[in-house]
Amino acid sequence: MINKLLPSAADALANIPDGAVVAVGGFGGAGMPDDLIQALIAQGARDLTLVSNNAGQGDSGLAALLKAGRVRRILCSYPRMVGSYVFEELYRAGKIELEIVPQGNLAERLRAAGCGIGALYTPTGYGTLLAEGKETRVIDGRNYVLEYPINVDYALINAEEGDRWGNLVYRKTARNFSPIMAMAASSTIASVGRVVELGELDPERVITPGIFVKHIVLRTDVAPAQQQVG
Amino acid sequence: MDKDIRNAIAARVARDIPEGAYVNLGIGLPTLVANHLPEDKDIFLHSENGVLGRWVAAPPGEEDWDMINAGKEPIKPLPGVVFFHHADSFGMMRGGHLDVCVLGAFQVAANGDLANWHTGAPDAIPAVGGAMDLAIGAKRIFVMMDHLGKDGQSKFLAQCTYPLTGLGCVSRVYTDLATLELTSEGVKVLELVGGTTAERLQELTPVPLDFSFVTVASAAGF
Repeated sequence: MINKLLPSAADALANIPDGAVVAVGGFGGAGMPDDLIQALIAQGARDLTLVSNNAGQGDSGLAALLKAGRVRRILCSYPRMVGSYVFEELYRAGKIELEIVPQGNLAERLRAAGCGIGALYTPTGYGTLLAEGKETRVIDGRNYVLEYPINVDYALINAEEGDRWGNLVYRKTARNFSPIMAMAASSTIASVGRVVELGELDPERVITPGIFVKHIVLRTDVAPAQQQVG
Repeated sequence: MDKDIRNAIAARVARDIPEGAYVNLGIGLPTLVANHLPEDKDIFLHSENGVLGRWVAAPPGEEDWDMINAGKEPIKPLPGVVFFHHADSFGMMRGGHLDVCVLGAFQVAANGDLANWHTGAPDAIPAVGGAMDLAIGAKRIFVMMDHLGKDGQSKFLAQCTYPLTGLGCVSRVYTDLATLELTSEGVKVLELVGGTTAERLQELTPVPLDFSFVTVASAAGF
């Protein structure tokens, strides 16, 4: 019998090595797997490359991971939210590398990684600072920039419900990057609000099929995510 | 900018969005447009974090932090709302499925170039979010902005001096003084606002303006 449910986040994250590429779902606080981030901090892996839309706020969640000095490099679209002072201090001190990626390119590069696409031409960013030095091409009269997939070792995501085969459904706008990060990663760990029996999830409603999920754990409450606008 | 003036610009943008349009309202000033959309018309809002349909700001006490817009503000969905992941959401933009995107701007050039993500300050931490995707992500890009910057200089220019967000992407600009349509034949003034005269607008704007298309001259108010 296959049961992807593990007793704790610590069990699910035990094998993450130093230097891993870790994608963390969420858009601001929505869909941010705070319990998995806390477990990653406790687990101790360092020299990580972090892929996430934002770079944390306040002192908890991603900001705490950054503050603990575990992240060498971050790919994100918007690291400058209100209260992103941990990132700002590290960046200004030259202690973290930043690759700014337009949000849609971030999504599509993750999707490409999950779908086995070797590279993609996107119109986003053409002619801007973020396309400098990149290969371009005119296709049907439109300008495109060549971008490469973002291959991920581990995706840490949040979902509303999951079963023991790893099938997942999400809640409202907490879905955001999670389904595509799950596809882009070699190993995806989902923290779920409720574990349900096989067959309880309506197959028509499943958003992430279990093939993209390595482990699920039952979500545990940690300090509430920062809920600031910005 | 004065709140009444901001709302007046938002009302002008809302007036020009037809029923059935799929519309993304950018963060900041453009979010005001939602308050001015007619309730009896079906106009579909799109937010890049994966929500499409119609919503209002969440009333106090009803905030659900899994239910937010791209500005990370809590919203209350109205019937018909749907959710989807980020790649689908940006596919809706990049794929040309949105009719209108309304954005704020630091600068817009007469050729449609848009600068709204970076002031070029060397010590600024870069952060782009969805700005570059939005800039190329709708059939028509409307910009809402003050006509003049804090330094009193026109934000509508022959050429942007800040780093660009998108090239040649803006089709219309709504300011506190006028509405400008950017075309391959030049900049057509569609509307003069708040008693602004053609002479005054041209004096303030370092780009030749074509006034032969002014259809609405709102003398009173904004």
